[in-house]
Order: sequence, then C-alpha cells, then structure tokens
Amino acid sequence: MGKLLELTNVHSYYGHIHALKGISLYVEEGEIVTLIGSNGAGKSTTLRTISGIIHAREGKVQLGGKDITHTEPHLVVGQGVGHVPEGRGIFPKLTVQENLDMGAFTVNDQKIIDDRAELVFELFPRLKERITQFGGTLSGGEQQMLAIGRGLMQNPRILMLDEPSMGLAPVLVDVIFDTIKKLNEQGTTILLVEQNALMALSIAHRGYVLQTGSIVLTDDAAKLKKNEMVQKTYLGID
Amino acid sequence: MKQFTSNPFYKFILFPIGQILVFALGASLVLSLFTVLLAYIFRAGITGFDLVERVLLILPQVVINGLTIGFVYSTIALGYTMVYGVLEFINFSHSEIFMVGGIVGVELMAYFDHTGALQTMNQYVIIALAILLGMVISGSLAVTVERVAYRPLRGAPRLVPLISAIGMSFFLQDAVRLILSLTTGEFNVILPNFGTFDEFLVVAVPGIATPLRFQIKSILLVGVTVLMLVGLNYLVNGTKIGKAIRAVAQDRPSASLMGINVNMIISITFLIGGALGGAAGVLFALKATKLDPFVGFFPGLKAFTAAVLGGIGNLTGALLGGLILGLLESFSASYLSTFTNGAFGAEYKDILAFAILILVLILRPSGLLGQTVGQKA
Ligand SMILES: Nc1ncnc2c1ncn2[C@@H]1O[C@H](COP(=O)(O)OP(=O)(O)OP(=O)(O)O)[C@@H](O)[C@H]1O
Ligand SMILES: [Mg+2]
Repeated sequence: MGKLLELTNVHSYYGHIHALKGISLYVEEGEIVTLIGSNGAGKSTTLRTISGIIHAREGKVQLGGKDITHTEPHLVVGQGVGHVPEGRGIFPKLTVQENLDMGAFTVNDQKIIDDRAELVFELFPRLKERITQFGGTLSGGEQQMLAIGRGLMQNPRILMLDEPSMGLAPVLVDVIFDTIKKLNEQGTTILLVEQNALMALSIAHRGYVLQTGSIVLTDDAAKLKKNEMVQKTYLGID
Repeated sequence: MKQFTSNPFYKFILFPIGQILVFALGASLVLSLFTVLLAYIFRAGITGFDLVERVLLILPQVVINGLTIGFVYSTIALGYTMVYGVLEFINFSHSEIFMVGGIVGVELMAYFDHTGALQTMNQYVIIALAILLGMVISGSLAVTVERVAYRPLRGAPRLVPLISAIGMSFFLQDAVRLILSLTTGEFNVILPNFGTFDEFLVVAVPGIATPLRFQIKSILLVGVTVLMLVGLNYLVNGTKIGKAIRAVAQDRPSASLMGINVNMIISITFLIGGALGGAAGVLFALKATKLDPFVGFFPGLKAFTAAVLGGIGNLTGALLGGLILGLLESFSASYLSTFTNGAFGAEYKDILAFAILILVLILRPSGLLGQTVGQKA
C-alpha cells in the first residue's frame, strides 16, 4: 500500500495568476481521497496539474514514484491516470458510442473495450438507449454519465473525478457515489473533487481542504466531517 | 436500414462516390439550367445569331472543364479545411505546398525524360510515381512547416501564426526559386511531352449535336481526385486515427485526456492536407504544363475561397465549394463574352465568379454547409 500519487510543494500558474501556492498531498493505492474547497480554491487546477494539462512551475508530481511533473497528458493517461474533467469535456459531434471508444483510445483489444462498455451500460442504462446520439445533444445529466462512463473505459489505476455530481438529480448522485465506492472496492484508487462535501466525506477515506491555492487542513474523512471549520464553511452547519 | 447504412461497403465506397456524383451533377445542372434560362430571356435582344443555340453548343464542354478544375480546387480546399477544422487556423502557406508538389512532380518527369525512361515506361506508371512523390514531399513539407513555424506559436494570439503562415508562403516561394535557379538555371519548369494525355476521348451522345470530348488528362485528374476523396472519407470516418482527428478538432484538452497525442494528430492532419495538396499540384501541372514558384497563389486563393464557400472546417463543404467555384469560373469564362456580345471577355471570369460567391456568403455567412471537421463527413 504505497503512495500511488504524490504532490510535493506544487506551484501552478495561469499566466501571472498564481493558482496553486505550494500544494503537497498524496493518495495511497486503494484509497478514496477527496479535495474540498470553495469556488476558485484551486481544486480543478490541482487535477489539471496532475494530468499534465498544465505543468507545475515549481515542485514535483510523482506517480508510483516516477516523476511526471512535465509529462504530457496523453502519456500521463497512458500510465493509468484517468481524469474526468470539470464541465465534462464530451465530444459534442461524436456519438455516445464514439465518445466511449475515445475513452478506450489507449486500449487495443476490442474484447476488453466491449466488456468495459458493457459495464458502463450496466451502470448507466440510459447511455445504452442513446448510443447513436451525438454527445452534444444529450441532457446535462446524461453528459455527466457519459463523461464518467468514458473515464471508466480507460480502466485507470487512479481515477480523478472533478465534481461528478454536478447537475445530476439526487437519485443519480446516489448512483454515482455508489459507483465510485464500488469501483474503489474493485481496486481503483480515487481522487474526488466535490462541491457536495458531505457526500464526498461520507465515502472518502481521507480529505484535503483547499483555500485560495493552499491546503489548510487534512485529516481522515470522518474527522473532517466533525471539524468545526469544515462544518461551518463547507457543510453549511452552524 | 440501420444494418444497410453501417455496411462498410455502403459507408465508405457507395456513399462518398454517390455524394460526389450528386454534387458534381447537381451543381452542373443548376448552373446549366440557369444559363440556358438566361439565354432564352436575352435571345430576342441579340441579333445575328441564336443565343440559345450558341450556349447549348458549348455547354457540355463548359461543364466538363468546370468540373475538372473544380476537382483540383476541392482537393486543395480539403487541406485548408482540415487544418482549419483542427486548429481554427488558416494555413496560408498551403498554396505553396501545392506549388511544391507540382514542381516536384514535373521535375521527376523531366528527370525521366532525361534518362529516356519517359518514352519506354507506361505513361500511367509515370504519373502515379509523380503523384506519389509529390504527395510524399508536400506532405512532409507541410508537417515540417507546422513543426517549425506554427507549433511554437500555438499559444499566441490568433494573428501571430497567421502572419507566420504568410511569411512561410513567401519563404517557400523564394526557396523554391533559389533551388531551381541553382540547379536548373531558371525557375520555370515545363512538363515534358509524353504519352497520350492530350488526346481526347470522343463520346457521341444521341440527341446532342456535338459529341462530348473528354481529354485523357481530365479523366485522369477527375479519377485520381475521386479516389483520394474516397480514401480521405474512409480515413476520417472509418479509422481510429480519423476518430482521433475529429476528437482533437472538437475538444483538444479532452482529447489529450483520452490518451491521444494531440501534437501527433495535428502533424497527421498537416500530413494528409499536404499530401492532398501535393497530388493536386501534380494534377494541376498536367493541365498547366508550365509552372513557376508563384503558380500556387491563384489556385490556392481560389481553393481557400472554395473552402469558405462550402463552410470552412467542413470536408464535404470543401468538395462542394471547389466544384461550384470551378464551374462558376468555367461558365463565366465561356459565356461572359457571349452574353455581353464581346464587351466583357473571358479575362473577367473571376469578377463574375467572385461576385456570385460574395452573394452566397452574404446569404449564408457560415458557408453552404457551415459545420466543422469534427462533424462526420
Ligand atoms: N484557464 C484559466 N486561466 C486563468 N485563470 C484560471 C484558469 N482556470 C482557473 N483559473 C483561476 O485559478 C484559480 C483556481 O481555479 P480552479 O478552477 O482550480 O478552482 P476550483 O477550486 O476548481 O473552483 P470551482 O469549485 O469553482 O470549480 C481561480 O482563481 C481561477 O480564476
Ligand atoms: Mg473546479
């Protein structure tokens, strides 16, 4: 049970905007770790820095002990990092099937691809009904399902989900969280960014609290849930 | 029905060929009818000859000429539109990629002429070799140009790579001129005379007074471009690479998160566009017979216009736009003087062609089929 992913003193920028100011965190193999924080805290930026969409200007990102700080995203993905981005990133003019195929771009065995697609359709039967429809014509919730399904097609070692519950009806939020838990039990490590901090902390093992680019608090999820500051700021409990 | 449409033979052979036929015949028919109608309207006002008769007499030939040049425009236009679809960037040096293909092809034939192979080898093998070489050189050149002049500017404001492309265009013109001057002493290259390409296939059609005359060159040109269009359709819609190209065109960061090497896909896009441009260059050289380093400018500009007319970023649109532009040009060149009783000659063909074009764009600003490469063709 070693550290699968580790960030050490990571600084990231958008031009002159200093978005991450020395983030250090780690995710152990088999864990669910959640990242909570208010809007603009830097949660999505952290995930983007890991997957290589932007590169840290300072500090280090390691995957299984290997330095991936400056690795290009397609190679990071190739090493088993799945990233379901915020805002879904569905290909609007590809069909549902083609979107899922894209998720399995790095897989060459058609049998594996079919098996995984079967799994995705089991989770989201709705997607199967819409298999020939263009991604862009799906409803918001359906697009979210497709984004998550596409992430699953990669069968990554660590799956990073950026606000997977956004825009989904409560029933579906439950489905998503159950899915995350199930995946984790089957061995996928999870790094979860969520606005819905209560749900996230309920399924996570550990959590980090991010504030304007810095980590201000980290603990076991159960303890964070009871923390006064967390309750006040993120759980809406006075 | 679904089973039928997912049949690969239908999807990748019948459908694209059918589409090309519909576009070519449809556009020809519309323009012909329009012209004949005009002839009937103005018939009474013109004395000395029968306007309708004169229009009909050359009509088949005008259509054939228009389609021939139209297919060249379409093939070049595909290069503009593919790159635009993926990068939203207009690759102005594409006209020089086209020119280089033509010059390389002619130089190869000149070399064969020099060694004597030109008279002994099968003429179609020679053309095939020239086209292949043109494709390889132009394709590699396009990839290199992207790597050197566009990629470093990818994050820069939009105008910057555009200026770089224009600069690249001048650079390539002068580089080719320099190389030609140093190696051959002059910068005109002339297609050696060989084979039966200048001859005509004459087909008598019952009901039409004059038989249709197809120059072997034109048949070859149309045949090769149709073949390439079918191949391109298969590549873009039927292969994993094609799917990746469409994904990159639609959402670059997402595509990279799928494990797609975005830079490689962009290079492949330039390779395909460049190769098509190179092939078009060789085919164009067959018709033009004399090339210089500046020969790419007008065909390039017209192909770009064709791409915009069809809806830039849309592959089917580039095909349609090219055919329409070729036909417009041929119709204007042939009929302008007939209708104006000699007041305006063929040299005004571009004015008419482009006036019609501007009209179309005013009515449909995003082009006839304005969508993007990401879209299935
Ligand atoms: N592409 C960008 N260009 C410039 N600044 C950016 C960009 N993306 C994010 N930022 C800035 O970086 C900071 C962190 O943004 P980030 O998207 O990581 O926040 P977040 O924690 O994910 O917020 P949210 O909960 O709203 O998604 C913000 O101040 C934001 O304005
Ligand atoms: Mg975010």
